Amino acid sequence: MRNSNGIQRADFAAIADWVHPGSRVLDLGCGDGTLLQYLTRKRGVTGYGVEIDDGSVLACVSNGVNVIQGDLERGLSDFEDRSFDYVVLSQTLQAVRNSERIIGEMLRVGREGIVTFPNFGYWRNRLHVLAGHMPVSENLPYQWFETPNIHLCTITDFEDFCREHGVRILERIVIRNGGAVMFLPNLLGSLAVYRFQRA
Amino acid sequence: MDTGISPGSVGIVTPQTAKFSEPVRLKCGAAVDEYELVYETYGTLNAGRTNAVLACHALNAAHHVAGHYADDPDNVGWWDNMIGPGKPVDTNRFFVVGVNNLGGCHGSTGPKSINPKTGKPWGSDFPVVTVEDWVATQARLADYLGIGRFAAVMGGSLGAMQALQWAVSYPQRVRHALLIACTPNLSAQNIAFNEVARQAIITDPDFHGGHYYEHHARPTRGLRVARMVGHITYLSDDEMASKFGRQLKHGRIQYSFEPEFEIESYLRHQGRRFSEYFDANTYLRITKVLDYFDPAFEHGGDLARALAPAAAGFLVISFTTDWRFSSERSREIVKALLHNRRDVTYAEIDAPHGHDAFLLDDARYHRLVAAYFDRIGVDVAV
Repeated sequence: MRNSNGIQRADFAAIADWVHPGSRVLDLGCGDGTLLQYLTRKRGVTGYGVEIDDGSVLACVSNGVNVIQGDLERGLSDFEDRSFDYVVLSQTLQAVRNSERIIGEMLRVGREGIVTFPNFGYWRNRLHVLAGHMPVSENLPYQWFETPNIHLCTITDFEDFCREHGVRILERIVIRNGGAVMFLPNLLGSLAVYRFQRA
Repeated sequence: MDTGISPGSVGIVTPQTAKFSEPVRLKCGAAVDEYELVYETYGTLNAGRTNAVLACHALNAAHHVAGHYADDPDNVGWWDNMIGPGKPVDTNRFFVVGVNNLGGCHGSTGPKSINPKTGKPWGSDFPVVTVEDWVATQARLADYLGIGRFAAVMGGSLGAMQALQWAVSYPQRVRHALLIACTPNLSAQNIAFNEVARQAIITDPDFHGGHYYEHHARPTRGLRVARMVGHITYLSDDEMASKFGRQLKHGRIQYSFEPEFEIESYLRHQGRRFSEYFDANTYLRITKVLDYFDPAFEHGGDLARALAPAAAGFLVISFTTDWRFSSERSREIVKALLHNRRDVTYAEIDAPHGHDAFLLDDARYHRLVAAYFDRIGVDVAV
């Protein structure tokens, strides 16, 4: 679900800043395991990835990352309550069918959750829609007919969701071109990164 | 010039025998005073003795894991597609050991061996063995070969149970355990199939209470039926449907009890071939080895507690169409390992072949094992 390119390293760095050294991390939709590798190197974390795709599972094995093959849509029943410090869902929330359930599962299994998603409210995306097209950009690289993204949202939408679902946001960083966006983030930021816990 | 080596094959191999004169006390309480284990090795044990891999056999196989015999070139090892130069378990890097377990019928001491106390074959007097007993005797073979710690212990099905038991019994002697098509214990349905197989053998008039050797008889009819029952559980419904469907041998219904459907002649053929080389007393015991395996039993059914001593890294692989030891059963093991915070990778291979998939060529499966062994290679610097 995620490949490691320069753009996404930006959210990796933010996540690495947040997680405590030596903590236990579960990375949902871990792709080839790059984030876990990065966090292991930077922060000495231990943990596992969860991934459905055969090729990605193989890549994790090659990268020395522990991976459990499974379907996020079926929940996290292999994992016990509160067994991780952080459960990460990086660039995958928008492709999950039952977003509400997965956030709930993240906060059952982890003390804290971390999500990153492409901000649909980014001005370039709005411009695409104004011009009569679905947006295609570095963070939303798919055409409408082939996109796995079924639950796109804006920063405002996500924060409304958290308020309504008893999720307390602990930290937020909004990114564009690898740098933090402080001013009008829902308009000027292309990628959102949140750390949250149960309220 | 014919070197006898085909690409990717370890080539001609020769079984060897290790004799043990120190008694082994078995889980059932009985002891075997002295015994032999027949084994084969492939590749070279490195100077640091860090590159040894133990490949544990399942129900109907033995120590002949890879390569072939000079005088019997068609007798290819049961995991030859997995083990050899350039194969997923690369014998250019790793030293692989295959052993016929105690109670077997391929040369290791078992029911058809001579009981030194009576001068006659053991027959039914050969004790009932367990996975724990096998692992204990394999550990003695490892001592004999000068292997302190295995880079990996691996197996499929019953072989995987041994790999798991190794990790629990000898945590310091196993760096990695590969559990393929495994289960933490047999289900009632699994035991039921085993019991049908045992009854087929025991009720064969040629069984003679297990002392058939003295009667110069063999319960081949029982063994054939036992194998037929077992074989059904190794294949998936879809695999049987695509291989045989309702195909008729003679193109039309004959209204007889001769084999008419292709699946009938296939099962009879499998049963016949098996009964020619396998010993019924060994078969009985191996089905019991399977039935009794249950590491959680002595921990009040708590598998996580049972696996707590294990320190190895684990690769757990299941096959989606395996209804004998389903993916859910492998996930139970994974959950227990996660609870214990062990290094574990779990892969679920979408293969059509059922339980037997662990023996077959499947690119995704073999690539995964190869990648995992690359990691092991890094760990042990080979």
